[in-house]
Amino acid sequence: MRLAQGGEIDRTRPLTFTLDGVEYTGFDGDTLASAMLANGIVQVAPSLYRQRPRGIFSAGVEEPNALVQVGAEPSLQATTVRLRAGLVARTLSGVGRLTPEPEQHRYDKRFTHTDILVIGAGPSGRMAARTAAAGGARVILVGAGLPELSDPSGNVESRGPLGGIGDELAATQLRVLTGATAFGYYDSNYVLVAHKQTLWHIRARRVILATGAHEQPIVFENNDRPGIMLAGAVRKYITQYAVLPGRNAVVCTTNDSAYATVAALVQAGARVTVVDSRPIPPDLAPKGVEVISGLVTNTEGRHRITAAAVTTGSTQDRRIECDLLAVSGGWQPAVHLFSQSRGSVRWNGQAFVPDASAQANRVVGAANGTFDTRAALIEAAEAAVEAAAAVGYPVAMPPLPAVQEREITPDNPVWLVPGDPANQFVDLQRDATVADVRRAVGAGMRSPEHVKRYTTIGTGADQGRTSNIPALGVIAEALGTTPGELGTTTFRAPSVPVSFALMAGRDRGKLHDPIRTTPIHSWHVTNGAEFENVGQWKRPWFYPKPGEDMETAVLRECRAARTGVGMQDASTLGKIEVVGPDAGEFLNRMYTNAFKKLAVGSARYGMMCKADGMVFDDGVTMRLADDRYYVTTTTGGAANVLDWFEEWSQTEWPELAVTFTSVTEQWSTIAVVGPRSRAVIGLVAPDLDVSNEAFPFMTFRETTLHNGIPARIARISFSGELAYEVNVSGWYGLAAWEAIHEEGRPYGITPYGTETMHVLRAEKGFPIVGQDTDGTVTPHDLGMSWIVSQRKDFVGKRSLRRPDTARPDRKHLVGLLPVDPGQLLPEGAQMVALDAPTTPPVPMEGHVTSSYRSAALERTFALALIRNGRNRIGETLRAPLGDRVIEAIVTEPVFYDKEGARRDG
Amino acid sequence: MTVEDLRRSPLASYPGVTEIPFLTMVNVRVPPTGDAAARISARLGGPLPVVPNSVVEAGRRHILWLGPDEWLVVGPDGDRELPGMLPEAVDVSANRTTIEVRSRDLLEHGCTLDLHPRAFHAGRCAQTTIARTQVILWQTSDEPVYRLLVRGSFATYLADWLSDAACS
Repeated sequence: MRLAQGGEIDRTRPLTFTLDGVEYTGFDGDTLASAMLANGIVQVAPSLYRQRPRGIFSAGVEEPNALVQVGAEPSLQATTVRLRAGLVARTLSGVGRLTPEPEQHRYDKRFTHTDILVIGAGPSGRMAARTAAAGGARVILVGAGLPELSDPSGNVESRGPLGGIGDELAATQLRVLTGATAFGYYDSNYVLVAHKQTLWHIRARRVILATGAHEQPIVFENNDRPGIMLAGAVRKYITQYAVLPGRNAVVCTTNDSAYATVAALVQAGARVTVVDSRPIPPDLAPKGVEVISGLVTNTEGRHRITAAAVTTGSTQDRRIECDLLAVSGGWQPAVHLFSQSRGSVRWNGQAFVPDASAQANRVVGAANGTFDTRAALIEAAEAAVEAAAAVGYPVAMPPLPAVQEREITPDNPVWLVPGDPANQFVDLQRDATVADVRRAVGAGMRSPEHVKRYTTIGTGADQGRTSNIPALGVIAEALGTTPGELGTTTFRAPSVPVSFALMAGRDRGKLHDPIRTTPIHSWHVTNGAEFENVGQWKRPWFYPKPGEDMETAVLRECRAARTGVGMQDASTLGKIEVVGPDAGEFLNRMYTNAFKKLAVGSARYGMMCKADGMVFDDGVTMRLADDRYYVTTTTGGAANVLDWFEEWSQTEWPELAVTFTSVTEQWSTIAVVGPRSRAVIGLVAPDLDVSNEAFPFMTFRETTLHNGIPARIARISFSGELAYEVNVSGWYGLAAWEAIHEEGRPYGITPYGTETMHVLRAEKGFPIVGQDTDGTVTPHDLGMSWIVSQRKDFVGKRSLRRPDTARPDRKHLVGLLPVDPGQLLPEGAQMVALDAPTTPPVPMEGHVTSSYRSAALERTFALALIRNGRNRIGETLRAPLGDRVIEAIVTEPVFYDKEGARRDG
Repeated sequence: MTVEDLRRSPLASYPGVTEIPFLTMVNVRVPPTGDAAARISARLGGPLPVVPNSVVEAGRRHILWLGPDEWLVVGPDGDRELPGMLPEAVDVSANRTTIEVRSRDLLEHGCTLDLHPRAFHAGRCAQTTIARTQVILWQTSDEPVYRLLVRGSFATYLADWLSDAACS
């Protein structure tokens, strides 16, 4: 029922909303829950497992019952959803469902640093922030409040629940985030804050935690009926939202705090009876209110509470009719974030309070177990003064507002009132009862962590804010100990539910992962290339002509490179300049073969192993000068090779004068491949003598292309054909490509992609590191013993002498020719012997690493790693493929131009 | 037409992002003390900075501290002398392009460094990440004006990201 006056709602702005298909009206400033109560709705969806009627229980993030789906967003708490016009909500029984639709909202991240971060914008937090900012330190105040009441700029707050804090501090470095929740606290005072659709990453030199406390319930029989609420929540509904949740109230308490609720209820016109657990209740209730020393033991009612059963120590038990039961079992400091920061907590007889900090932080106010307002404000101010001095912007202790001091009657905490344990609810969201806890203890569990997992208490979206402490009380009672002896369960981030979309931010769609492109990329797109992802690179895969499928296009591209001329964008190759007087010595130690004596102007293919002797990377290296080499790596291995070089240089051989600079994007590389490539290069680079004598294989020349572009052209072949690699500055990549394409036109120059490159190299038996190797393959396994120097030392050399790496029957890279030349072996297919059994266990002989259709061979072929393969040439193996079998003959891995006659054109 | 007209920068046809194309850049890696460093400083007319993440102005060029033994010398477009002038240097002019950004707020959507004027200001640089790509971040003016030096292959991604972040 809405009260005629009061509250912080805007009565001039009525808002219409829909709940479970029915239209209602509330006001701006309402939560969904307060608007429901204003319309007389206390009941929400029934409980998850037992289908018991449930109602709104709290007025904040601790809400276990009132879960709603709002639009596409499941499992929101009605107590934290701000009412807006046209809001459509549906009550949920514990479980929501994510919509399959893509998230439409824009989510964002902000990274910021501050001297002092204050978490919590209650009186203590506001005092701390105000004090700390006065000296000029950078301060951020994070407060829950309600969304949208904050300044849209996200900066200094000028109105709303922070009460004008911004006006006096506008000139300082204070930033206030309202409607924001800190939910994760990590090392180095790194705190994550959810603020509307932005995830703030805040790193602070000092943190002041003023996170407040959560009121705890009392566990009695049938303590879950609609109309049973936390006492503080009842007061909040009356004072903040001008909503009276019931006219006929029983207030059951163990402490003084509920008397503020009693006063609010009386002022709002409700009839109130107080049940106080203390033998001599304090004289705090307004005149005319009956105060009974005793406890509520049970309730009646179906869809709403109708009466409470009360036991008293001295007089007869009572039955009091009511439509509202406000409960206060004491207050537990909100130590979630402090505990996440690795701060320790201790039991003070009533609650767990912060003990020792593990980071540069302090806890103040109710969060520190300091419930007296004046003491809390002093604590907050002192913490701020200390923090401000520590960060170099000292302030004096501020004057404290006058707060009336009063005498406090000590609490008499009660966790559990005798009754039927099957209907005494410990965790309302998980529907877990005292009987469940006792069952867990009866099964031998002693640790609260075990009981939590057995009963699921505290694992709901409310993170057990109203169930963890009662559960500890019940466990302690069952074990005959105290909650302090048991200790708490672990607090983990996120302390409030946050959406995946918030965590993803703008790392979605095309921004999910960087896409790397070469300077020639736009040409590939214009000319219809299909692309392949290689690491983060987009590489042209093949260039289908109209009507061509992949197979046809690749066969055409292969034929062009073997009989005419093809060209490929090889700019993605990793490139590293290795500079210094010891560059040659360094490369000698890294590669299995020698580079120290490579002549300036020459190039050499090299292979690298890890310390275990397994192949790590390969590529061609050119010697540019006595003290300078140009190393190329595989496309995917570039960053790893650079790191590998740096690691050995910095940690093992600091005495070598050598440095490394990545130049991958400095150079665009264009491969020009095929018998007609010499003619094309001759046209493109007219200054160059391209004859085999003047420009032999594995050399390079610096020259200028006919259009003036400086170029470094090398004779390198990854196909066995006569081939060139034209290296130009990345700025000129596109122009050089277009020039070569233009000059090659009379020769039918054919752009080709990675698939054709793979086929051409496989026909020659050239392995690709990472496709034909997998970190368990040595150079000898690849049949490349010729590349392993016997004279010099290199990384991995000793491992190659281990008995296992030296044994002759390891898996070898061999060729496979399917018996039926039309059948294509799938890559990854396992090969077995012809006479292998057809039921497990089936001995595996190895697997197919590369498999293609070859235009040159006019048949299919494959490469495979086969046990003892080099000694099994001519043997037929089988690939069992479920519904079919492919037989293939083991061959040498070189299928085409075994003599190497085509290399020089 | 000169050969320079054939150059194409990574963001040449990207709208809405301020690219400063074709700056001349060389990477220098030498021990911070010793003959080589002294010779290079003399040749450039300014000391190789030793304060981490600081930038020294040397005539029309700037020297950025990248590491204890690594510097990036940045000259204007057309600085033909720079690439060949230091024997130890590696020409990296085309390795990165440069994007100018005039908003600290925009960078704070994806850069984890503290960019508050008390912590970062004109004459500072840092090797860091913006969103998911590496950049050299260099503040050239307190207005503020920042330069993001990004690898050419990542430039389109970064431009996409900046355009998206600028909408928020």
